[in-house]
Parts: sequence; structure tokens; C-alpha cells
Amino acid sequence: MKGALTPAAAAQMIPDGASLMIGGFMAVGTPERMIDALVARGARGLTVIGNDTAMPGKGIGKLITAGAVARVITSHIGLNPETQAKMIAGEIEVELVPQGTLVERIRAGGMGLGGVLTPTGLATEVEDGKQVIEVDGKRFLLETPLKADFSLLAAWQADYVGNLCYLLTAHNFNPVMALAGRIVIAEPESIVPVGVIAPDAVKTPGVLVDHLLIRAS
Amino acid sequence: MDAKTLIARRVAQEIKPGMLVNLGIGLPSLVASFVPASLGVFFQAENGVIGLGARPPEGMEDPHLTDAGGSFVSAVPGAASIDSAMSFGLIRGGHLDMTVLGGLQVDEAGHLANWKVPGKMVPGMGGAMDLVTGAARVVVAMQHAAKGASKIVPRCTLPLTAMRRVNLIVTDLAVIEPTGAGLILRERAPGVSVDDILAATEAALVIPDDVPEMTLS
Repeated sequence: MKGALTPAAAAQMIPDGASLMIGGFMAVGTPERMIDALVARGARGLTVIGNDTAMPGKGIGKLITAGAVARVITSHIGLNPETQAKMIAGEIEVELVPQGTLVERIRAGGMGLGGVLTPTGLATEVEDGKQVIEVDGKRFLLETPLKADFSLLAAWQADYVGNLCYLLTAHNFNPVMALAGRIVIAEPESIVPVGVIAPDAVKTPGVLVDHLLIRAS
Repeated sequence: MDAKTLIARRVAQEIKPGMLVNLGIGLPSLVASFVPASLGVFFQAENGVIGLGARPPEGMEDPHLTDAGGSFVSAVPGAASIDSAMSFGLIRGGHLDMTVLGGLQVDEAGHLANWKVPGKMVPGMGGAMDLVTGAARVVVAMQHAAKGASKIVPRCTLPLTAMRRVNLIVTDLAVIEPTGAGLILRERAPGVSVDDILAATEAALVIPDDVPEMTLS
């Protein structure tokens, strides 16, 4: 862990055109202050990898509205009409990936695997252009790994060395994305002394986390 | 009784003691309220909880505890929170006993289309492709027709969700079981005749000698 940053300083580290993995599911478990800072900086041309694009005014939806995003790799845009409108207008490129495949592609990227073999998507549009591999008589799609320049995570607690724990359905993609970004920035709700988070409660070890966002003032 | 309530009450009959069940957003989510707690059923929400409970009292909502549609929920005793990799491991790995999803079309081969209307509506597949591929049992809960057009068709014209044959279709008119020998009409809704169902169904149906009326939870 290299230390705590203000959201504005973190947003300055992220250049236009960067690829970002952003945790969250319908904006639950999404680093909102980090996103607000990217919007305030006027970020442009971002590639966003995330489960969904939330809705206007929340989570990734704020980046969509601000025109910060050029490309999205996601499983669902159905609750954000702006993403759909911008996709139809050709302003945003959208790659739709089945949710279970998306998380496994991120896991593969973070864990040094060359891809994953999944039955999901066989004989559907998802199969188009992909290699089909047979293992023990069963057919699978080869899905390739995903990595990003930055992973932007939301956590419940962090300690001074960057260990993270999460609450309830705010885990979602965060623990998996922690391995797949070259630089990992976590936005915890609180930062506590080392030892407060018991070793067994740590879901993301601090060795994966480069920066924490300082607490909200 | 409105059509959605009828469908939900019939689907609830499919849920057996001790099952792990995933309910899709919208109509399928209504099923939970007709499943008695005494069955010991755990509901999974793919955003990361096993043991989904009812909406909390007004003002008691926790922003870290929502269902896959982003609505506030509670958790039952014995609940577990999980990340997206575990959640889809349960789904794809065959650990989920049943999934109940909505549908746009189901065809004579038992194939489901429920994620895209090309040129009109592209919400994304979310978790649907993994759920239909991996769940032990797939139940489609939908209205029999949309805008006067049968949703049970000879062959899906919309993009498929998976190659897997769904196990049961429950509509406001009928219960239909897709099999290798075609779509078998199993039950009629209260007050609906076999002829009514045939008239409302574009696909060919196999009609057994006895087609009893549905029982409802």
C-alpha cells in the first residue's frame, strides 16, 4: 500500500483513455466518490469494465451521463436508458458479456490464467467468433482474460496496510477485480488501525491495494 | 386474481423443501411470497446473497443489501453473503436447484429467448445465460401472449438465451412441459379450456387425455 489519496488526486492519476474495472452491482459496492472525482476532472475516452452501468445519477451511470466513457464491457445496461441511447447513437461501444463469464474473465486476468472454458453462451450470439473446445465430450466456449489499467473498488473497512472487507451484497465484483487492475484504488467507508480487521475477515489482502481514498470529510 | 399473481402462485408449487432457488427480477420475484418459510427454502440473488428475505420495514433499509434488481431486501437466519465469482460458481456449477425467469419466447424445442429484441431492446443478458445453462431446473414464468401474439412459438425468432431445453413453462393460461417429444400441455388455468389454450398458442402442443386444472399455493 502506497498511501491514501484524495479523490481528486486519484482522478488525476487516471489518464483519459484508461481502462477501468469498477466494482458494484446496480451501484451497490461502487466507489461513488472516486467516480464523482473522475466526472469533476472531465475524464474522457474511458473503457469501463463493470457488471452494469447502473442508472443515471448513480455509480457508473454518472460517468455515462458525463460523456466520459467510450467503451463498456458489461453484462447488463437495461436499467440505464442513457447507455442504450448512446450505444444506438454510436457514441459508446458496448460489449455484452454473460455475468458469470464476465466475472470469470476478470478472475482469469487477475489470476494469470489464459482464459476460461464455459458452457454459457454456446449456440447463442455469444458464441460468434469464439473458439469451441471439447473436454471429456462436453463443449465449452473459450473466453479470454480481462485486465485493466486501474481497478476502482468500494469496501466497507480498510486498515492502514490496505486490507479490505466488504458488507453483504456490496462484495460483488470488488474482490475479483482487486487482482486484475495494474493499479488498484479502494474507497473504504472507514479506515481502521491494523488489527481491527481480523485476518480471517480480510477478503482482499492489502498487498493487492495500491491506494486508499481518504475518508469523506 | 390478476395474471401475474396466478402465475406466481402456480410456480410456487414447484418449489420443494430445502431447495436453493434463484428468482429473476419482475414477475418471478413475486413467487417468494407464496413459499412458506416452513419449507426451509433459500433464495439466492445473483448479486451476492443466499437467504434473501422480504423488504425491510420503512426506514430500516441497508444500502449494502439489495436484490439483483437493486431493490432493498433483508436476509433470513442462515444467510450468507458471497462475491460474484462464488455466486456464478453456484449457478453454473449445478449447485442451484431451480431458477425462475421471465421469457419473451419459448419454442417447440424448449429453447428460451429472453434477453434481446434486435433493434428495439438490448438490455443485455445479465445472469440469464448462466442461469439457464447451469441451474438444475429452469422454470419460465410469463404471460401466455404479448400484445395478442403467442409467446410460445414453433421456433424462436429472437436471439436464444441458451441451447438448454427449459423444464417447465407456467403462464396465465397453462402449464407446459417441453420434452424431446414436443411441448406437453400439463395443466389448465382455472376456467380455461384446452381449446382456449390451443387457440392462444402458436406452437404445436401435445395434448394428453387428462389436462387437470392448476392447483395454486
